[in-house]
Amino acid sequence: MTIYLPIAELPVNIFTLLAMGIAVGFISGMFGVGGGFLMTPLLIFLGVPPAVAVASVSTHMAASSFSGTLTYMRRKLVDVQLGLVLLTGGLTGTLAGVVTFMVLRRFGQLDLVIAITYIVLLGTIGTLMVVESLRALLREWRGEKASVKRPGAHPWFLRMPFKMRFRQSRIYVSAIPVVTIGFAIGFLGALMGIGGGFLLVPALIYLLRVPTLTSVATSLMLTLVTMVAAIVMHAVLNQTVDAVLGLVLMVGGTIGTQFGTRAGQSMKAENLRLLLGLLVLAVGIRVAVDQTTRPADLYAVTIDERAR
Amino acid sequence: MSRALALFLLLALAAPAQAEGLVLSLSKSRVTITSSFAGESIVLFGVIGADEARRDSRLYDVVVTVRGPNESFVTWRKERRLGLWVNVDSRSFLAAPSYLAVLSNRDPALMADAEVLRQEQAGFANNHLLQRVGSDYADVVAGDPFRQAFLRVKQAQGLYVEKTDGVEFIAPHVFRAAIPIPGTAPIGTYDVVVKTFADGALSERGALTLEVAKIDFEQTVASTAQGHPWLYGIVTALGALAVGFVANLAFRRD
Repeated sequence: MTIYLPIAELPVNIFTLLAMGIAVGFISGMFGVGGGFLMTPLLIFLGVPPAVAVASVSTHMAASSFSGTLTYMRRKLVDVQLGLVLLTGGLTGTLAGVVTFMVLRRFGQLDLVIAITYIVLLGTIGTLMVVESLRALLREWRGEKASVKRPGAHPWFLRMPFKMRFRQSRIYVSAIPVVTIGFAIGFLGALMGIGGGFLLVPALIYLLRVPTLTSVATSLMLTLVTMVAAIVMHAVLNQTVDAVLGLVLMVGGTIGTQFGTRAGQSMKAENLRLLLGLLVLAVGIRVAVDQTTRPADLYAVTIDERAR
Repeated sequence: MSRALALFLLLALAAPAQAEGLVLSLSKSRVTITSSFAGESIVLFGVIGADEARRDSRLYDVVVTVRGPNESFVTWRKERRLGLWVNVDSRSFLAAPSYLAVLSNRDPALMADAEVLRQEQAGFANNHLLQRVGSDYADVVAGDPFRQAFLRVKQAQGLYVEKTDGVEFIAPHVFRAAIPIPGTAPIGTYDVVVKTFADGALSERGALTLEVAKIDFEQTVASTAQGHPWLYGIVTALGALAVGFVANLAFRRD
């Protein structure tokens, strides 16, 4: 059964879309990430124009992150204050990302820059996660106790001026690294069509020393606000938000997330991190292989945006 | 006589496009896109020399050219740089048809001299494709790799169609052609141009338009997104939040 997407202007099989939503929702529920880094490439593979794919995935991510934020809100795990400071950087970063997106598209190098960013970012994060979780598993296998690191001395960037106290996260750090992290996430999110949860959560845990659950909860809140802003921004500036596409993805995604969350809770944290690391690494390697092998057709045709 | 007149009247009543001795009619002058749209075939009927006095015993050839709304495109060429395949060179195609179907009863090259065909833009290879060359605009030779690549990519997408057996004569002067409109067809007005050749020269020409439009829900969504982008964005965002809220309540376990 096909359904016509009014903004993407093409018919797609509704069951394919639902299955994609469920699969990506399962993964995002299991690992607590948005799943944009999987969904956007899948939609482009289906033939959805990249601009429409990036914009419509944001509706799906807004829905699932709102659902998650509500759960964490009830458990009082969201650090609203930390979220707001991250957002000041995040929204500026989003704007910078959108502008960069436009400039690169004009020179025809958007695909290349996105590919290189994917390779470098996913390769690095994936490798770090795999190595870290393998070490943890190895320690456990040897019967050693994991050393809980909570060092008293802060690294230099947390001792910069404009110090702020974030009660919920139990940290007292400079606002500068917080805003910088927010900016980087917003910038990469707008450029790569990702929510950035899989970048923000480790950044909060390892760089700012925020407790794990608070990191996940605050990251979801940040995703929620940036995705709602992205929907309105894309709708107004590019008119590329496909509500029908978004709705089908949302329905599949929210169902998949529930099963993913249950599957994730029954697994050990190290195994979960190892799996996510492997997944991130696999996507990075896939992009690298695509970029280094000779394409079937050396030519590609795009619509000239300048002439519009 | 009476049968020809009856056919003539039938065609004239349907959707007549009167050209000198060429009567054309489309099975549908409007392709409506609904939520289940996945492409459609529109049939073009034509009668040559419907005017009895002009009819002769010559053998006719027909070329049907359908052009979708114009758009500008860029064709990119990749090359290996530092191990990566990178877009290095590009050509802009200005006001190229977003959809192009060339249907004929046989290879147009056999119908008339190359010069005549080029002038009439009859045949797939003879359609003008304006390229930006420096600060100037011109159509380059047919063998130009960028031009060939552009046509190849468009054909692979199903938006450019060439069929040398796409026109079928059902009687000596009556023909039929099926125009394939794919699911990804761009929205807008399509020009259907029919040219007939006899004895190596253009004999008749006629034109019709075909509308591809969204209706009902698809139309409402698309026009709201265009005309009221703020409203559309805010409603979509609220809709996403509503789905998230309902999902949270539905699967709540604590």
